[in-house]
Amino acid sequence: MLNELLNFTCKQLRDKIAGGSVKSVDATGAVLDQIEKLDPDIGAYISTCREQALETARSIDKKIANGEPVGALAGVPIAVKDNMCTSFGATTCASKILQNFKSPYDAYVIDKLTGADAVIVGKCNMDEFAMGSSTENSGIQQTANPWDITRVPGGSSGGSTAAVAARMCFGALGSDTGGSIRQPASFCGVVGLKPTYGRVSRFGLVAYGSSLDQIGPVTRDVADSALLLNVISGRDERDSTCVSKDIAGDCDYLAEIDKPVDGLRIGIVSEFNKGADADVQKAIVAAIDVYKQLGAEIIEIEMPHFEYAIAAYYVIATAEASSNLARYDGVHFGHRTSAPKDYVEVYSKSRAEGFGSEVKRRIMLGTFVLSSGYYDAYYLRALKVRNLIRGDFTNAFAKTDCIMMPVSPTTAFKKGEKTADPLQMYLADVYTIAANLAGIPGISIPCGFDASDLPIGLQILSDVFTEDKLLRIARMFEAKTDFHTKTPTVIA
Amino acid sequence: MSDLTYKVIVGLEIHVQLKTNTKIFCGCELAFGAEPNTHVCPVCIGMPGVMPVMNKKAYEYSVLAALALNCNIPAFTKWDRKSYYYPDLPKNYQISQYDLPMSENGFIDIPIEGGETKRIRIIRAHLEEDAGKNTHTLGNFSAIDLNRTGTPLLEIVTEPDLSSGTEVRALAIELQRIVRYIGVSHADMQKGHMRFEPNVNLHITKDGKVYETPISEIKNLNSFRALERSVNYEVRRQLDDFMESGRTMEMGNKKTFGWDDVNERTVLQREKEEAHDYRYFPEPDLVPIEIDDDWLTEIRSRLCELPLEKQKRFVDEYKLSDYDAGVITAEKSTADLFDDAVKAGGTPKRICNLLTQVGGKLANEAGCSIAELGLDAESLAKLAKMVDSSEISATASMTIFEEMVKTQKDPEAIAKEKNLIQSSDSGEIEAMVDEVIAANQKAVDEVTAGGKKSKKAMGFLLGQVMQKSKGQANPKIISEILNEKFPQD
Repeated sequence: MLNELLNFTCKQLRDKIAGGSVKSVDATGAVLDQIEKLDPDIGAYISTCREQALETARSIDKKIANGEPVGALAGVPIAVKDNMCTSFGATTCASKILQNFKSPYDAYVIDKLTGADAVIVGKCNMDEFAMGSSTENSGIQQTANPWDITRVPGGSSGGSTAAVAARMCFGALGSDTGGSIRQPASFCGVVGLKPTYGRVSRFGLVAYGSSLDQIGPVTRDVADSALLLNVISGRDERDSTCVSKDIAGDCDYLAEIDKPVDGLRIGIVSEFNKGADADVQKAIVAAIDVYKQLGAEIIEIEMPHFEYAIAAYYVIATAEASSNLARYDGVHFGHRTSAPKDYVEVYSKSRAEGFGSEVKRRIMLGTFVLSSGYYDAYYLRALKVRNLIRGDFTNAFAKTDCIMMPVSPTTAFKKGEKTADPLQMYLADVYTIAANLAGIPGISIPCGFDASDLPIGLQILSDVFTEDKLLRIARMFEAKTDFHTKTPTVIA
Repeated sequence: MSDLTYKVIVGLEIHVQLKTNTKIFCGCELAFGAEPNTHVCPVCIGMPGVMPVMNKKAYEYSVLAALALNCNIPAFTKWDRKSYYYPDLPKNYQISQYDLPMSENGFIDIPIEGGETKRIRIIRAHLEEDAGKNTHTLGNFSAIDLNRTGTPLLEIVTEPDLSSGTEVRALAIELQRIVRYIGVSHADMQKGHMRFEPNVNLHITKDGKVYETPISEIKNLNSFRALERSVNYEVRRQLDDFMESGRTMEMGNKKTFGWDDVNERTVLQREKEEAHDYRYFPEPDLVPIEIDDDWLTEIRSRLCELPLEKQKRFVDEYKLSDYDAGVITAEKSTADLFDDAVKAGGTPKRICNLLTQVGGKLANEAGCSIAELGLDAESLAKLAKMVDSSEISATASMTIFEEMVKTQKDPEAIAKEKNLIQSSDSGEIEAMVDEVIAANQKAVDEVTAGGKKSKKAMGFLLGQVMQKSKGQANPKIISEILNEKFPQD
């Protein structure tokens, strides 16, 4: 039997805890029990911090009992992806090379969560260094999809989305470099938001593709997504790419979440849908119909450079990754080989032993595209494509409020099904990558199920720094449907 | 070999450490000589997840230096990552500037013989972070100190316009003066605040044909002496090498040398220029810098009269010798004190002498600059005027100068206190002269006899009068009286 406390959303739970009708220590205990019960099968967590979580919960309960003011996530158990530095426990990035890495400092988002009185329960599995779309590239463990444990949860934030779907936390943070929040959210039937690049500080997020990485919430509904974004967004002096309030605006995403967007204009590219599986196509068409019934205008748009997004992405992201991951060399950080025969072997063997094959593949690719003589042909050209894609979005948003399309061409696939062909795996990112290249926000919300009862996600993209509108648009759908309330088989 | 002539071609790469309080991308204090790894934080040691934040002052200092070097300051500049694996480089990439440096196309005028100057073109100057330091004194292990990691460096690259070790040295000294004048670097050579890497080769003309010798790069020189000598050594070595082997410059035969200060020779470090591929690309964690006219104007307003201009003005306006002007302008604070004292009415030569001779000696003893001795321009001018008007002797002025440094008292007060005011009362002096004449018949005879000995005897008499007056009689007046008494032909 599912502990009924676990059915609350973050917002509901927070209000109950703050109101004194539910104790954080009970909610936290319920989550920890659920992890104990299910995680041996799901594998969502790399580490949990049971004692610390219970202690935090008790202290928040005490604050409330004393009538002290509490934060926006008071007492709510939250999980974070294991690429966000915490001064407690390890920060592994699901890599053998960082398996024993203990950060001396907390990431900005960790500070924000604890500042809002959230209870951090553990750190979630992911594809190693966030490189992958199935969490199968984790160097630590495998994660199963709570809707069908023979299937992958998606990735790279698969641990975060599986944990939320299986009620092993009330909300989680993921990171999205090419779809790593949205795609696993879609596979796991939860809400995943990638904010505008610069909306959330990356300080303390172990970098993969620095110009693309963005932290965002994984939640069970859109209101929770707004609530978590309220907590984690804001200017951070330690991240120069984090945008100031003058540019990004400062708003309470939750305040008007239930207010529909008047005269909503939705952009679609009909041919995009055709690349997706039939069940996915059907669900997307049906979802757009819901909006039509709500009075939205559907506008056919063109995205002429969209097809080059994957190529550009795998040049830019890998180039940045090859440099970001250079510090894991056995000299400065990470695993050190045991008996190097010379100084060069400290580097080469430590890296050979510590990194998994996908990470090595991307480091090599990135090193290659930045090499002298190739830079112009690859990196520089990819930057040009990136600008063209930005232009495509600018043109589209001149006449629409948002663009809708699938998150992924398929629903969750079987474990091992695509691991033999990395290129096939890369191509599955076709719908999500462009948002990262353009820096725009995107959300994945549950919009249906395929014939095997696997969740399907609807992707909504909007212009930079319009998360308030994006969340309201998503909420319009959620208010008319019940896909987000369905529970996966594993907890039924 | 009489038909062989050659030209020396030298270009310089120079790293100047900027004297910001904190590092270029984090809040760690810059500290020289501290316990290893005590001035570090997650950001400067490149821990997973950290991000750099630019030190605005480092950029402003670099702009100020670039303006002093007559460079263009582009409105837009950005950061790039330069990748290479090295233990003293924690991220295994250095944040530097590649294709869009913060400044370019400048020049520096350097003093050469005879008060002339030579213009050396500057290709570019850019900002970057320094690496840490490796030490190899632990047997099987090397130790890494990351205190220096993230120190802001200005890298200056000149055109190969220098044509001798002397010129290279002159440029280094001039650059040191400039960065100190504008206050952007301590430029202490011993502490590695300025490091030089000359690229040297020769254009040899033999039998009407010109040959270019392979380029040598000499790494990491941090003394003026080593800089000059290493270049001179390379010139000789390359000349010998050419005569012996006829080797000329080709793709890939640039060599890298170190300087052996003990044996005074360059030492080969790398035979072939390694095919370095730094895989530069734009640093995604930092935003580009856009400098507008207001900001640039504000920084420009911090420029001051530069040392060479000042030196020339002191020669032209104050009639100092080029040598004196060079000495007095070595440090800005001294030059300013001098300038102010002259404006307060002292004669330039007199003030220059006081400052460079007594001041120089005292400053040296105290281990500070001349200006830090604490003298003000007014008092200094007053002291100089007292000598010029013969109120005190030149010797007394030195004593008074020392006392002024010690007590900060007024020079006149000191002169009175120490009985150093010269007597110019001619009646009093004449009485003493007469006494001396009466007591020294031998000398008087020699004076009146004229000839060789006469001059010496005159001097003797003058000395005797001085002695009698306990040094307080004005020697000029004694001379006048003596000359009246013993008119010379």
